[in-house]
Amino acid sequence: MNAAFSLARLAALLIKEFIQMRRDRITFTMMLGVPLAQLLLFGYAINSDPKQLPAALVAVSQDHYTRAMVSALETTGYYRFDHVTASAAEAEALIASGQVVFVVTIPSDFARRVDRGDSPQILIEADATDPSVASGAISTLGTVANQALLRERGMQAAAAQDASSRLEVVVHRRYNPEGVSQYNIVPGLLGVILQMTMVMMTSIALTREIERGTMENLLAMPASPFEIMLGKVLPYLAVGSVQVIVVLSAAKLLFDVPFVGSIALLLAAVLIFVLALVLLGYFISTIARTQMQALQLTFFFFLPSIMLSGFMFPFRGMPLWAQWIGEFFPLTHFLRVIRAVMLKGANTHEVTTEIVVLCLFVLAYGGVALARFRRTLD
Amino acid sequence: MNAIEVSGLVKRFGDKTVVDHVSMTVGEGEIVGFLGPNGSGKTTTIRLMCGLLTPDEGEGRVLGFDLRTNALKIKREVGYMTQKFSFYEDLTIAENLAFVARLYQLDPVGEHVDRTLDELGLGSRRDQLAGTLSGGWKQRLALAACIMHRPKLLLLDEPTAGVDPKARRDFWDEIHRLAANGLTVLVSTHYMDEAERCHRISYIAYGKMLATGTVDEVVSDAGLTTFVVRGEDLHKLAEQISALPGVEQAAPFGTTLHVVGSDAALLEKSLAEYTGGRKGVSFERGETSLEDVFIQFMSGARDNMQ
Repeated sequence: MNAAFSLARLAALLIKEFIQMRRDRITFTMMLGVPLAQLLLFGYAINSDPKQLPAALVAVSQDHYTRAMVSALETTGYYRFDHVTASAAEAEALIASGQVVFVVTIPSDFARRVDRGDSPQILIEADATDPSVASGAISTLGTVANQALLRERGMQAAAAQDASSRLEVVVHRRYNPEGVSQYNIVPGLLGVILQMTMVMMTSIALTREIERGTMENLLAMPASPFEIMLGKVLPYLAVGSVQVIVVLSAAKLLFDVPFVGSIALLLAAVLIFVLALVLLGYFISTIARTQMQALQLTFFFFLPSIMLSGFMFPFRGMPLWAQWIGEFFPLTHFLRVIRAVMLKGANTHEVTTEIVVLCLFVLAYGGVALARFRRTLD
Repeated sequence: MNAIEVSGLVKRFGDKTVVDHVSMTVGEGEIVGFLGPNGSGKTTTIRLMCGLLTPDEGEGRVLGFDLRTNALKIKREVGYMTQKFSFYEDLTIAENLAFVARLYQLDPVGEHVDRTLDELGLGSRRDQLAGTLSGGWKQRLALAACIMHRPKLLLLDEPTAGVDPKARRDFWDEIHRLAANGLTVLVSTHYMDEAERCHRISYIAYGKMLATGTVDEVVSDAGLTTFVVRGEDLHKLAEQISALPGVEQAAPFGTTLHVVGSDAALLEKSLAEYTGGRKGVSFERGETSLEDVFIQFMSGARDNMQ
């Protein structure tokens, strides 16, 4: 009989935990239903490259150049001209009130200048309060407008000639050529959903034992801290695995997210990530005295990790100090691994660093949790 | 071998000394009552003895195992019943017992659970969720879970708080039955009738052990004298009598007043003078009760603290 660790005692704790999970119907449903609901909601809702944005056209004359310009802009997919007006003041009111995102002004001398060969101008005002809304629409603008104009003057040949003499920049949008937001969002959501449910459930599960007084009893019986920890960690690891399967299946079936890398490698990374999260939850529960405190601590951790991990905003866009803070969240590293493996087909060698960092999180959280837990006996 | 042999136990939380040099010896098969006011350190002392807490000072052996180095062995041989019900309310009685059986590695689990259910008459409710049980049944479940691994020492922390008299009586009968089979029991309580059912009692206040011995020993060692005063308007009598020299306690008991003091001669003189001039007020020698002794201890200990 091994004094420090026994499978029989661990089995006792596991059986107890699963019975409790089964009895707690609402929590159990939440553990499986919430990930799916969130995936559907966010997966379909979030779009980082918005199209069909409302626009207003200010044009004094409705000549064929104007019409060519408007149809060129509409074919980019970014603009939807809801308002056509001759008054700049009216357009100003529309953009100020937020009814349109763009105001396109075609000056009255536009056609004359085109015909004369002067450099014609059009003005596009964008509501850039949220920079990401307008950026896509603006970036495509220059070439589209030029080509439309040249075509309209019957100068395709000249256009081709013109283009051949210029420097050509070739852009390959790799891994996600069509710029589908879901390809980026859905794998990221897996990380975010796992982080929320795993950390929260585990931190609450242990604090509940302390709050209800059952921990005292547990400690008075021959169960070692390590057994108690495993007894809490393993069931939630199992729940996490089910969540992973649900989310990944939905990613494939509903969102058609490409899956170019090795599934085994991906699952291994997910497992390490979930283990880190569960241990973090366990660590939180050694600090919190009540379930409410555990929840609060979880959210205290949750928000910065979503903001700074690169899930919501581009990681490389943050100042260096913020990137450093971001490095301390497991989610940051997990996002890199899952995006690399799922979308880029990265092999083990290419994600080794990130996986090692995730393993370090497991060791650190596990070590601190166990050390803190030992001390809470006294 | 004594079941419990501890000396000079000290436990501090921050700068508060909760257990202050407590020594205690409990022989095998003995039932020892552990008494003292709320917050006197009873629970902490019990937790020290079952290996849940490590003492800051002091030595001791429980069931022959060293308190400091062999806590896990102690845990295997001791049954500890916590003050607050601490089994899983979302598990049934049978599931709770099976959980305990597996933790103690009792084999086969089912047989041990069935036997324990039978022994404590829990069979009829085996599939009821523990959270839906009444106080008496919860206590019975807790006791069943504590004794199913056949411990040699039972530590009970206020086991009968909030339990009706019949259940309390049954509980104590069970304790005596277990002790007759060689089990040692240390039980903390606030009830005097329970203290009187113990072989020996120990009184602790503000972390210090103040008295130990049989009930009779503790009462006679306290050296108190009690008089019973009869008369009209007990409330007014009590007020006036407690101001007399030599009177340390004056408490109404039904239609009489118990007057207690440690200086018998002075007390008797004061009462004779007081009752002499009053019609219908008389006094006679009474029996000092355990409760009188404890109340005396409590006020004395508080004085020491100040």
